[in-house]
Amino acid sequence: MVQANPGQGTSQAKVQFGYHRHRDQDHAASAEHPVVVVGAGPVGLSFAIDLAQRGHAVVVLDDADRIGEGSRAICFSKRSLDYWDRLGVGDRMVEKGVVWNVGRIFHGPSELYQFNLLPEPGHKRPAFINLQQFYAEAYLVDRVNELPSISLRWRNKVTALEQRNDRAVLTIETPEGPYRLSAQYVIACDGARSSLRQMVGAGFSGKVFEDQFLIADVKMTAEFPTERWFWFDPPFHAGRSALLHRQPDDVWRIDLQLTPDCDPQVEKKPENVRPRIARMLGHDKFEFEWISLYKFQCRRMERFIHGRVIFAGDSAHQVSPFGARGANSGLEDAENLAWKLDRVLRGTSPSDLLETYHIERSAAADENIRESTRATDFMAPVSAQEARLRKAVLSLAKETEFGKRMVNGGRLSVPSVYETPLSTVDAEAWASGPCPGTSMLDAPLATAEGRHLHLTDAFNTQGRRFTLLSFANGEAIDAPDDIGVIRIGGDGFADAEGFAGKRYGAEPGTSYLLRPDGYVAARFRHPTRHAIAAAMARAAGLN
Amino acid sequence: MALSTASNFAKPDDAFRAIVEAHRGLSEKDSADLDAALVLILANHIGDITVLREAITLAKRRMIDTSQQQQQQQQ
Repeated sequence: MVQANPGQGTSQAKVQFGYHRHRDQDHAASAEHPVVVVGAGPVGLSFAIDLAQRGHAVVVLDDADRIGEGSRAICFSKRSLDYWDRLGVGDRMVEKGVVWNVGRIFHGPSELYQFNLLPEPGHKRPAFINLQQFYAEAYLVDRVNELPSISLRWRNKVTALEQRNDRAVLTIETPEGPYRLSAQYVIACDGARSSLRQMVGAGFSGKVFEDQFLIADVKMTAEFPTERWFWFDPPFHAGRSALLHRQPDDVWRIDLQLTPDCDPQVEKKPENVRPRIARMLGHDKFEFEWISLYKFQCRRMERFIHGRVIFAGDSAHQVSPFGARGANSGLEDAENLAWKLDRVLRGTSPSDLLETYHIERSAAADENIRESTRATDFMAPVSAQEARLRKAVLSLAKETEFGKRMVNGGRLSVPSVYETPLSTVDAEAWASGPCPGTSMLDAPLATAEGRHLHLTDAFNTQGRRFTLLSFANGEAIDAPDDIGVIRIGGDGFADAEGFAGKRYGAEPGTSYLLRPDGYVAARFRHPTRHAIAAAMARAAGLN
Repeated sequence: MALSTASNFAKPDDAFRAIVEAHRGLSEKDSADLDAALVLILANHIGDITVLREAITLAKRRMIDTSQQQQQQQQ
């Protein structure tokens, strides 16, 4: 088992992996594989696990041989945790992660207000956990190692790509020289500086924010609350913003906005960062784990699919970090793509189904870019009048509810609602419940024996395939054969606390058709076998 | 058009006067701050994004008119 080992200073790798020669490297011709994933970050690893669990062989290539230092992505959403549950790693993430609910917003020396993410009851997972990205990656690598159909190859750097009609051929550099691999599909999860993106000749345009941010992980030996603190114009960092967020192992993440005219290399020096953070925390009982600088960019590829190469995560879209929309949206990409590629590889859906990955996830990327651009503009106003309006909002926030709601220190990631050709338009009137294109909602259930579980667990047990969630009406379900069924009421699960019925706006007979990624494809008040089959065919890209 | 441009105050002079007096004695900077707060408070009271957008369009027409006048003067 991989043991991530924090607290080893700022430059040491957290987990080191070895390069191993693979027999593919002995082939004179390129070895043939169905799928090659480039990039062993959270997105690439999750995607590989998902596809392997669906019965496919996957090669994962990474040019490094270690999991990087620094916390990087730290906020993982409920949606991501639900996905990781499906991949068999959710428990480890949640056990290690820090759950936080209270956020405080400060302006100048005083607190403006606080909010509580207040866990809504009846969900298996919290709204967010904080966890250093290296832990997430280490747990994913452990899971990969349990799956013999994944071949994970470190220090394998893709140096060339050749697109053919029915496949892509990659040239890969290793410590023992180059070799070639041929894949029906290449999934590029190789990050914001994606080399695959350059190889397909695609642009990556958008907005670059002038202000730089300094990010530090500090290990604190003093007590400090498990809360998210955000400052506008704090006394220790006049005119700019700052964020403090707790991670596991008594490590706190600190984001400091820097002025465009400062010298970042000077700012980055520990002797310059330390006094500022000491004023921020009110004590100096801390040591640095990691310090990094970056500029925010909000941009995306115009198309996520280029021939046989499909882009997912930061390689396809990049956002500023306020709102936790980077890694979480990348994981949504992975889940969206995995079931579709599974069907295409099996020949149960046409390859056109993959186009809906682009449709759904590029719209989600636009939404994430819009939200994070707004947050970043609020934090770093670009004109005197913008600064004046922000000042007005911050001062009104002290006295008014509407002012509080206009303060934008990052709107936290929620799953996108897809406007998609895969959805079947409602034929009946629905006053509540998730509409087609919406991610499924969780609810507590109980078995006839009184065992407690959640709807997300039940979905998992059905094999993450097309599943009919059906509220009993005393009649047998007349569903197509190749579909999972979750029955609530009658001889099925008990709606233990009444949440399922309420959240799904259920009446006896109400049924939801869930896609393999847990999104609602269609819903029916009076389902018929024919209507369910038609909705399933539509959601599988068959008409 | 959802934005009402009919005269809504029984005594429009009172309304205009109230705004003018709010600014009286303020520096340019404070006046600008007051306007920013006032715009946000009133926008929230209206609470209708369509009306707000129409109001912005109507207000912005002054900028367009001004720039056209300047162009005409230059010609």
